[in-house]
Amino acid sequence: MKPILEITNISKKFRIRHKQKKYLSLRESITELFKTERETVEDFYALQNVSFEVLPGESLGIIGKNGAGKSTLLKILSKITPPTSGKVIARGRIASLLEVGTGFHQELSGRENIFLNGSILGMKRKEIQKKFDEIVDFSGTEKFLDTALKHYSSGMQLRLAFAVAAFLEPEILIIDEVLAVGDFEFQKKCLGKMERVAKSGRTILFVSHNLSAVSGLCSRCLLLDRGKISTDDITEKTISNYLKQDSLKDNSGIMARVIYFNQSQTWECGEKIILEFWWEKNKFRPGWQCDIAVYTFDNVKIFALESYRMKPGFSASEELNHIEFEIINPGLVHKEVRVDWGIRYSDSGNYEMIINNILAVQTGITKAPAYWRPDVLVVPQATVNYSTK
Amino acid sequence: MATEYEIKPASGFSIGFRELWHYRELFYFFAWRDIKVKYKQTFFGFAWAVLQPLIMMLLFSFFFGRTLKVPSDNIPYPIFVFSGLLLWNIFATGISNAGNSMVTNANIIKKIYFPRLIIPLSSVLVALFDFFMAFSIYLVILIYYQFTPDFARFLLYFPMSILITLAATFGIGSLLAALNVQYRDFRYVIPFFVQALLFLTPVIYPVSIISSHWMNFVIALNPMTGAIELFRSAFTGQDANMNVLLISAAGSLLFLIAGLFYFRKTESYFADVA
Repeated sequence: MKPILEITNISKKFRIRHKQKKYLSLRESITELFKTERETVEDFYALQNVSFEVLPGESLGIIGKNGAGKSTLLKILSKITPPTSGKVIARGRIASLLEVGTGFHQELSGRENIFLNGSILGMKRKEIQKKFDEIVDFSGTEKFLDTALKHYSSGMQLRLAFAVAAFLEPEILIIDEVLAVGDFEFQKKCLGKMERVAKSGRTILFVSHNLSAVSGLCSRCLLLDRGKISTDDITEKTISNYLKQDSLKDNSGIMARVIYFNQSQTWECGEKIILEFWWEKNKFRPGWQCDIAVYTFDNVKIFALESYRMKPGFSASEELNHIEFEIINPGLVHKEVRVDWGIRYSDSGNYEMIINNILAVQTGITKAPAYWRPDVLVVPQATVNYSTK
Repeated sequence: MATEYEIKPASGFSIGFRELWHYRELFYFFAWRDIKVKYKQTFFGFAWAVLQPLIMMLLFSFFFGRTLKVPSDNIPYPIFVFSGLLLWNIFATGISNAGNSMVTNANIIKKIYFPRLIIPLSSVLVALFDFFMAFSIYLVILIYYQFTPDFARFLLYFPMSILITLAATFGIGSLLAALNVQYRDFRYVIPFFVQALLFLTPVIYPVSIISSHWMNFVIALNPMTGAIELFRSAFTGQDANMNVLLISAAGSLLFLIAGLFYFRKTESYFADVA
């Protein structure tokens, strides 16, 4: 089967200009106008030699931290901006939902906006007419069709926008961050619609920070890191690499590590792990406390541990720079959970420092114990240890 | 499988007619949006398209025709000035709308691909719509003064004058649109430019009152001179100066080519700088 998208060695360069000095006097800033050589220009690669292929019908997820180059990649694929070098061969119509509601006009009515937005997205007038009722139905705004958009609530505008976009029928659909908005009910509806689109044989490129949406929708996933593809694998592997990206690496001076206690390097129900964090001496002033929170990777908090509750009355000195939490798995079988980490002082409620996703932990392969219920917050058995390293 | 195409670094030059044709409905939708929005929440609505030139015509007739006695080539001054204003308005609103169009639509340009030329083109269409609205009043004035145009002449001159106007408007408009994306200075230059150019266009005065040879040539370089002369002669039966016409038509073609070329040359980077 020929790939529907062939991306070969795509790079995108931006120029960043730096002024070397700030000028204080007007005279100097005027003479500056005539000397351009003081301005230094630095090349910045948003994408560097990115190559991959997408087969027809495939749903490909693209994840990465902010600034990794996801949006630039999508902008190139949807022809909004040309690459600096490399080429893309596309064998089908590409439509993108880079941000729903593009081209909506506040003064026009809902009905008018459906037509306007639809045609900007590349639909023919006849196509829009044919799907008009479905679009209105999906958005649930039939009562307000002839009201100007400026009187819509933001949620209604969003629903209408997504509804129009959802009925586009290109061979390749590019979706970016559409799920970040709308109420829970509508998000579910959107995901359902996209799943159906994906199953109808359409090719989908999906960029999102909602990892569970990515893993639900895409079988394969790319991880972008500073303009390069760092992982191109099945979604599960890629997401796990993404979550690991930060661990054991410099995190503003905070090191973190998971220690497993079995052969398969997982955290089984009833077994213990140790989450270890350390940093330079004297980084925090005396009285620091360390909290961790454990989430499923679709952002559902499972439990949190607070060091000061676990060792009441203990005050950590600035000499102590190593803390470990020993935790017994209370029944987590989420495949993978992630850990947020924070430091605060006993005299203040605000965090001095927070690092999200500092660690990812592989959890149980075995079945959950009978007592375990996913809707009940679990309090694990845990101990904490301070030391100097 | 459907169409196969490549996305590559920008190179070469073409107007991209095929793509424009593929997206032809978008012209209509953009123009329709701008027309709708322009008169939304106004009491007089579309009547403004008629009222604006009508009021201008009355003012000009009073000050220049009555008070200053500006000659008008032996046709009633109201007809003379209105015919000039009609085309001038296409040009003036056309280039100011088109010139700002890429900036006002920046949010769309940064998100969705379509041939960019559609945006300045359709903002010129909006100006054309206003023209046809005002044109109906022009016909009423012609009937009032009992002017009967020569049909053959009308059929030849009228479309030609519109064509020259549109070519010039579109050329200058798309040039300004492209420049405006990069240098926002043009936002301030455009109104100034339009105002200054009105004095170099025979809207309120006839070409015949200019005696300087040199000045005549400069005025002929302005594409709108030829267009307005042609338009007037389509209705009044007065012969237009052929030299002026040729220079103006050539000028408008030159602007069209220059505008299109510069726009197409720079459009691929609009999303990066807009």
